[in-house]
Amino acid sequence: MSATTAKREPTVRRATTSKINRRHQIGWLFVLPFLIVFLAFLVAPLLYAGYLSLFTKGLATGTTFAGFDNYTRAFSDPSFRKGLWLVLRFSLVVIPLQLGVALVAALLLDEITGRLASFSRLMIFLPYAVPAVIGALMWGFLYSPSFGPVEQIASLFNVQAPFLLSSGNIFYGLLNIVTWQWSGYYMIIIFAALKSIDSSIYEAARIDGANAFQIALRIKTPLIYSALVLILIFSLIGTLQFFVEPQIVAPIANGSVTPDFTPNIYAFNLAFRYAQFNYASAISFSLGFVVFLAVAVFTFATRKRGGLFS
Amino acid sequence: MTKPRHAGVKLVLLALVCYFLLPVWWLVVASLKNAQGLFGGGSALWFDGFHLFGNLSDLFSYNNGEYLRWLGNSVLYAGAGGIGCTVISVLAGYGFAMYRFTGRGFFFAAVLGSVMVPLTALVIPTFVMMSNAGLTDTIWAVILPSLLSPFAVYLMRVYAGGSIPEELIDAARIDGAGELRIFWQVALPLMRPGVITVLLLSVVATWNNYFLPLTMLSSSKLYPLTVGIGLWGQLAASNNGGGQSLWNLIIVGSLVSVVPLVVAFLTLQRYWQGGLTVGSLK
Repeated sequence: MSATTAKREPTVRRATTSKINRRHQIGWLFVLPFLIVFLAFLVAPLLYAGYLSLFTKGLATGTTFAGFDNYTRAFSDPSFRKGLWLVLRFSLVVIPLQLGVALVAALLLDEITGRLASFSRLMIFLPYAVPAVIGALMWGFLYSPSFGPVEQIASLFNVQAPFLLSSGNIFYGLLNIVTWQWSGYYMIIIFAALKSIDSSIYEAARIDGANAFQIALRIKTPLIYSALVLILIFSLIGTLQFFVEPQIVAPIANGSVTPDFTPNIYAFNLAFRYAQFNYASAISFSLGFVVFLAVAVFTFATRKRGGLFS
Repeated sequence: MTKPRHAGVKLVLLALVCYFLLPVWWLVVASLKNAQGLFGGGSALWFDGFHLFGNLSDLFSYNNGEYLRWLGNSVLYAGAGGIGCTVISVLAGYGFAMYRFTGRGFFFAAVLGSVMVPLTALVIPTFVMMSNAGLTDTIWAVILPSLLSPFAVYLMRVYAGGSIPEELIDAARIDGAGELRIFWQVALPLMRPGVITVLLLSVVATWNNYFLPLTMLSSSKLYPLTVGIGLWGQLAASNNGGGQSLWNLIIVGSLVSVVPLVVAFLTLQRYWQGGLTVGSLK
């Protein structure tokens, strides 16, 4: 501010630039533990899976280099293709459904305050704290024709309840389980984003004659677009890796969940039932490639509106 | 004008609450029943006798108390894995947010890219690597991979960047505080809501993990609750009639396994909800 400090400043800065640079290198110390874990449990397994997937192991021939044979085999393997098709179809339905439920719940919760609001918020979030294994087991019980309420409620109206784990219905049975499990978590993220909007915007909109419904649809929703994109990406990654829920309901689903039901279940069975680690790695890698491709396409399509990678 | 609208809002909310609460309600009701109540054809959603304590003592004594062992394992894995993951992620997030070290841009881009890597696709190669190192079927095979959470690092970086004023850090430096001391005494208290959020998320992720321990562990002594209850589910399903008493145990065991996390979320909700609001999304 005064003339003397203004004159002195450049020399001071020059003297300390190298010191500041050196100090910034301390940042490496802070990220070092994570770097080690990152290299050991992400980079190394990825490289190793890539390496494994290039070989085949036969009883007579031993381990031989196979190049991309495992990949051409994977993408022409009806089991892998069937599983991939299932998770893609599942994503197309479950993602909009989860997002819709989460968005509606968050917008409603944003409208009211008080006990009912905080109680509802926690109750809708509750399934996230329930392990997926338990969630799938509970719904399995609820669907059960022998002692589940679905059957009992249906019999009140004299109709035959559909068994949601039969091979024709399991898609919908799982759809319900996954929506129940994850919508609350996404709702909390959307709710947090809504809370960070400056409420004077609503005031202005109200003066312009917008009603609550229009504010929710035309103002709130566009403003939390980046949160929605983030959720979509998480949901996409999670659904393509579908494993726990079908695996858990398998014993009570009377064969509806085949060993190649989803790519992840298929890879798991290849590795741990048939000890085909090389081919299982190729399946995992192919799945990873599809996930990566899907996320990349999705990120590109939404790049102008922000999100995780902006 | 506002009243009827809010009545509609409340009605829809209550319907949503009913849907999300239904399985939990069923779980509580079913946990109080004995096997006759469960399979006797009474209402699935209403009480029938009170057998909770009997069920609980059956649960903890079944098969030499293996449930209690699984519970202990879950606490160990979620504690060590979750706390370790939080420490590592908080340090890294702070490092990324506050220092401009060489290679930061590249490393962080790699971290962001890795959020897209399906973590379950890593389980099979990790298993083979662990197996070569002789670590499969030990607690380390579950704890060590749980330390990795690129998303937690991302969250903490955003949170640290948003909640720590650089002027405060500079002031501490001028006062002669070292970098570690600044982190510990100035930055960490400011990041507390973010830290608790990340802690809860990583403890839940480890507690709920199923795929990783399922592949890594072969002796049931080391199972966490998720894998143990999954095993009971398979056993019960494979001998339909004789498995009836096991279904009772699975139900009450599921209830017990859900309680710790629900309590944690309820008692810490002020922090984690605040942590999400301030830090996670900008």
